[in-house]
Amino acid sequence: MAKPGKSRREFILEIVRGAGATIVGGVIWGGILLDNAAGSLVLRPPGALESDSFLAHCLKCGLCVNACPYSTLRLADVGNGLANGTPHFEPRGIACEMCEDIPCTVACPSGALDLGLVSKLVDGHSRLDINSARMGIAKIDTDNCIAYWGLSCDVCYRVCPLMDVAIELEYVRNERTGVHAELRPVVNGDACTGCGKCEHACVTEEASIIVLPLEIAAGKVGSSYIKGWDVEDERRMKELDKPVTSSEAAEKTLDYLNTDDLFDE
Amino acid sequence: MSKSLSSYRYLLLRRLTQTVILVLFVLASSKVVNVLNGDFSFALFLDKLPLADPYAVLQMFFAGAKITIDVLIGAGIVFFFYALLAGRVFCSWVCPVNMVTDLAGFLRRKWKIGESGGSRNWPRSIRYWAFALGLILSLVFGMTAFEMISPIGIFHRGIIYGMELGWFVIVGLFLFDLLVLKNGFCGHICPLGGFYSATTRFSLLRVRHIKDACTLCMLCKDVCPEKQVLHLVGKKDGIVESGECTNCGRCVEVCDDDSLKFGIRSSKKFK
Amino acid sequence: MSVSRRDFIATTAAASAAAAVGINVPESAKAAQAVVESGWRWDKSVCRFCGTGCGIMIATKNDKIVAVKGDPAAPVNKGLNCIKGYFNAKIMYGEDRLTEPLLRMNSEGEFDKKGNFQPVTWKRAFEVMSTQFKKTYSEMGPTGVSVFGSGQYTIQEGYAMAKLMKAGFRSNNIDPNARHCMASAVVGFIQTFGIDEPAGNYEDIELTDTVVTWGANMAEMHPILWSRISDRKLENRDKVKIVNLTTYTNRCSDLADLEIIFKPTSDLAIWNYIAREIVYNHPEAMDMKFVEDYCVFATGFADIGYGLRDKNDPAKYSALEREITDKQTSKVLSENEATALTHLGVKAGDVMEMTHSGKAMAHWLITFEDFKKGLEPYDIDFTTKVAKGDPNESDADFKKKLKQLADLYIEKGRKVISFWTMGMNQHTRGSWVNQQAYMVHLLLGKQCNPGEGAFSLTGQPSACGTAREVGTFSHRLPADMVVANPGHRARSEQLWRLPEGTLNPKPGSHYTKLLRDMEDGTIKWAWVQVCNPWQNTANANHWIKAAREMDNFIVVSDGYPGISAKVADLILPSAMIFEKWGAYGNAERRTQHWRQQVTPVGKAMPDIWQALEFSKYFTLDEVWKEWKITDSLTLPDVRGGAQAMGYKGSDTLYDILFAHKDMTKYAWPDPIGEGFGNTEADGDGRKVEGFEGYGFFVQKALWEEYRQFGVGHYHDLAEFDAYHKARGLKWPVVDGVETEIRFNRDFDQYVAKESPGMQYAFYGPALKAMPSGDLKGPTTQEKTSLKNKAKIFFRPYMDPVEMPDKKYPFWLCTGRVLEHWHTGTMTMRVPELYRAVPEALCFMNARDAAGQGFQDGEMIWMESRRGKVKARIETRGRNRMPEGTVFVPFFDERVFINKVTLDSTCPMSKETDFKKCAVKLYKV
Repeated sequence: MAKPGKSRREFILEIVRGAGATIVGGVIWGGILLDNAAGSLVLRPPGALESDSFLAHCLKCGLCVNACPYSTLRLADVGNGLANGTPHFEPRGIACEMCEDIPCTVACPSGALDLGLVSKLVDGHSRLDINSARMGIAKIDTDNCIAYWGLSCDVCYRVCPLMDVAIELEYVRNERTGVHAELRPVVNGDACTGCGKCEHACVTEEASIIVLPLEIAAGKVGSSYIKGWDVEDERRMKELDKPVTSSEAAEKTLDYLNTDDLFDE
Repeated sequence: MSKSLSSYRYLLLRRLTQTVILVLFVLASSKVVNVLNGDFSFALFLDKLPLADPYAVLQMFFAGAKITIDVLIGAGIVFFFYALLAGRVFCSWVCPVNMVTDLAGFLRRKWKIGESGGSRNWPRSIRYWAFALGLILSLVFGMTAFEMISPIGIFHRGIIYGMELGWFVIVGLFLFDLLVLKNGFCGHICPLGGFYSATTRFSLLRVRHIKDACTLCMLCKDVCPEKQVLHLVGKKDGIVESGECTNCGRCVEVCDDDSLKFGIRSSKKFK
Repeated sequence: MSVSRRDFIATTAAASAAAAVGINVPESAKAAQAVVESGWRWDKSVCRFCGTGCGIMIATKNDKIVAVKGDPAAPVNKGLNCIKGYFNAKIMYGEDRLTEPLLRMNSEGEFDKKGNFQPVTWKRAFEVMSTQFKKTYSEMGPTGVSVFGSGQYTIQEGYAMAKLMKAGFRSNNIDPNARHCMASAVVGFIQTFGIDEPAGNYEDIELTDTVVTWGANMAEMHPILWSRISDRKLENRDKVKIVNLTTYTNRCSDLADLEIIFKPTSDLAIWNYIAREIVYNHPEAMDMKFVEDYCVFATGFADIGYGLRDKNDPAKYSALEREITDKQTSKVLSENEATALTHLGVKAGDVMEMTHSGKAMAHWLITFEDFKKGLEPYDIDFTTKVAKGDPNESDADFKKKLKQLADLYIEKGRKVISFWTMGMNQHTRGSWVNQQAYMVHLLLGKQCNPGEGAFSLTGQPSACGTAREVGTFSHRLPADMVVANPGHRARSEQLWRLPEGTLNPKPGSHYTKLLRDMEDGTIKWAWVQVCNPWQNTANANHWIKAAREMDNFIVVSDGYPGISAKVADLILPSAMIFEKWGAYGNAERRTQHWRQQVTPVGKAMPDIWQALEFSKYFTLDEVWKEWKITDSLTLPDVRGGAQAMGYKGSDTLYDILFAHKDMTKYAWPDPIGEGFGNTEADGDGRKVEGFEGYGFFVQKALWEEYRQFGVGHYHDLAEFDAYHKARGLKWPVVDGVETEIRFNRDFDQYVAKESPGMQYAFYGPALKAMPSGDLKGPTTQEKTSLKNKAKIFFRPYMDPVEMPDKKYPFWLCTGRVLEHWHTGTMTMRVPELYRAVPEALCFMNARDAAGQGFQDGEMIWMESRRGKVKARIETRGRNRMPEGTVFVPFFDERVFINKVTLDSTCPMSKETDFKKCAVKLYKV
């Protein structure tokens, strides 16, 4: 891009200057990107790819937002700590209503919202199934949940689109009164879609049940122990193919055995 | 058409297309009329025809995304439209940021800011570095790097979908162009501008210069946001070859001598 | 029985009685009265909402309610609350609280029915109100005016209004919204036992082995009681069984061991099936001694119509409505009805003329053999055919469930409670099905014992305490007396210090009929208090038109603007619950009082004050003169008698009814109210428009006068002050002791008095002399005395008046949700509750939705022969509907479901059937 007539020195200087500026720019720019990626306390529309992959795919076109009939979805604005321009929702404001036809996911052109993640096989055909969405997991703050105080609330349970599946009631005797039972909501993480209707409806001043993104809320059990009472649990064993030992480890073993340090003080 | 109005004819037309496109996006978003749904990153025309930002799609690719057919077709349509037909018109006829930076440029001329020679002359090649850097960062961080920070995105999404803090970015951009560097963002930094500059030099629509009619008044260079592309003015006949020309038509409309005109690249001239 | 009756007394009863006076309550939990602590004051009160009657404590600071807590000393809830109770502190402080009177006026400032509402003074409001009253009153007499009362009146409010209307204006046109919820239960009680209200109490829950809910979604409507039932289940999971009988899966099914989904109205057949199982297949299960000693058998007419206007009524029904309403005159019997009515010798296709629609209440004694004959058709096959409510359930499964249900009732030694609420009361044969509940329990002798009995729950906080006990119904007087009974009138006239002949012997119009009368132009003045008739009454389009397009004057007293206020001509801002002294009576006969906690907002004033102020506008000369009521009834001029009692013609109703020296003797201030305000007594700090107070303890005076009606008449209430020392007392309170279970000698002091030596006595005095007959009708007019006996009724199955057909293929059921109270005027203004449930949804089966091409969440039209409304579809969520049935709650005025519902009633109780009508659904 250097114009003819410039001296060789000027040309090199320009390259160096350009490269330097690029590195400086790259560091700042990269910092902003890291910051964006760190804002993972965010709930994505149904069918969203997992966080890293989502950011690679999302074009920020807003078609999902335009498709949402309940104005649930919004594109992130600058400075709210979420990846700028990406779709998200805040259930305390407007929760996901779990449309059966999942218009937001259907509208996504880029694959950032993946229909495969919100479909299930019915009679050999793939059918939309909003219940398989995993937008997050509801977590209950049992210190502030008034149902855990013994009050007859369970508002979250009754608004749950998967009542008795995603939120169940646990019946516990109230030892203090001796004649009442506490009907405590309990979230079943396997079934919770993270729609946030519970968080939206919770009657305490700040919601005592909140939806957290899967990556933050969900723990993960390794595949080395399988529930003996649950055949289904064996699906976790798929990850068992990884090699158990390596040549590096073998060397370590020899090093250990051959190190004559037992007489050292 | 009065003389004064005629010397703004393309400018007015550009403002019209820029505004109409934004209005169509807003109408679709607010579920009034669905002509153009989405935004400048990706849109559906009449709910069918996909249109995508080719640079954004390139970043997706570098970030490791699987590119869907829709997105690929959309990017192809847009890319070839600019590259083969219209030239770098995105920057002057479509992009809403252009309205902000044009305003800054206009006020800078009017208030004679920076004419005392205070501001440094930044190389216009920054945008190519930025373009490349955008792709590298996409690769490194696995996300569409420029789209994450693009003032273009912030601005048009802000208008279509609403924004709060985003306005500060736009005001900052305006002040940068007004106070720091003439045609700073669009003419120097914007990697999307760089992308289109690098890819549209062979488009059909070009500005043509007729040397004999030129009176060397240099009005054209005064108004041109990429004045390096007009180096042929007063020197030789021909078309503006550089892809950096945005086909904004300012030079054509201000030229009282009819020495600058829009024209079609002919194979003869091409040689 | 695992707990003997004696044990029961020694432990539970004594413990709870002690709890009532605060003996065994831990000191830490005991709520000290009027303790000033950190700037706020706690005092006991009662929850504003349902009939459960939970005790709460109210914290006030700077004359504002700042917090509530469940009252740990309250026996019902022991410190717990449901989610409505949780928000008691917020219900009075909605942004749009009514704070000044509003009158429709023209630009000249005159009253104009077509004008807009503008603020006026109280003085102006009463002037316009009384002028309009006098216009109608002089033109049409006592039947031209009316009051829409409430089961949410405080006891004293209801008493003051009933007295003003019945004794003052000599009009029986006062009827409470409790007509919409409890009237069928009342008929059930009065005809069966001769006295109103449940025999048992909530402690039966802890003692029972079986809870059967019949059309009672207690998990949502009585959550605190449900948590007690849940606890009982947890205590002994194997022994204790929960059965939920309902027309759709609701929250009770979550806990239930057995869920039976039945077709609307077929509960009639299911009860008969259980009775048939007992009588035919398990006679050994019958408590023969109990039945012989304490019961008789009875029945009544079947051809009694559906509580609709008949052809001769000046109906404003449309041609479309008449497709249904004509059945009031005659109907073609269905196959099911032909079988169900075998005892009448009818067959399918016969036209049944509704000959006895005017004699719906008539009943007579029958023999056990006749009773048994009546039950004959209700075998398991027929019952399954009539009752199976889920088309996707197999007959075999349903039969198995029916059998299990009957077995639970029949099992010797198994204690059973049957609970019901609106499912059985809001029913075109609601009184019948109430009686059927007692039929089964009485046959088995499982009634009036600890842990067993049929228990009618109430919806409203004081449906029992005010509407029923005070007698704010159009046919009633306090303490179960009725206007039609000369002896009752005489006793009331004596206690009210009225000249003989003052009270009008002709019952007034019931709640729905008040509106029909307005539509007919026979009522032209109405005062609505503590209710919302234009939203809560079925077939609302008619009544809205009547209100806005006819010549009448409607006054609405309310805390918040609702639909009734919107159609009114004058709106009066009322003080709300904690802004006044009051008392409520809950479903277990527990009467609970509270003190005024704060000054009312703005210029809002208590309903008692409104009644008393209004009464000042009328002199005896205006109201106690001669009135012609009908061709055969003329109320005499009683001013002569009044003079003999020392009254003057120029005395006002206020002077005679409320400021009599027998009442003004209750002085204010009173030690019981130390530290608390009393707007009526001293005008509070505001002195609204110069009101300085009546100078006496109005609420106590009303209470003490009211109390005299019941003392010694099976309705004994304690003295005013006693309730401020206890956490409520269950009447009859005899010699300071409350009654846990009535009609049982171990608990009820009246039994020994009425029937010495007997274990039980159904001593209720009403309808205790009956003619006899067979299943078709009375055969002799000679009356038999039934002293101390209860009646076991045979009542057949009959179809609902409107059933789904090709044009209107879905059943519509309406009701409530836990989060909202009735028409939502209070709870929709609590932001948290609004956010939790912001709109009424149309619950429907997912297959039905798919069949109609509806998406979950889609807005659809729901249309009946009467009106239509838009609602959003919900195929998931709290109510899971069987195919063919939809449910819409009525709290949301934007989803005005009562435009769609049918105003048919139980012909006996006049309670509307909100639970079933036919609708079609289509896309918006």
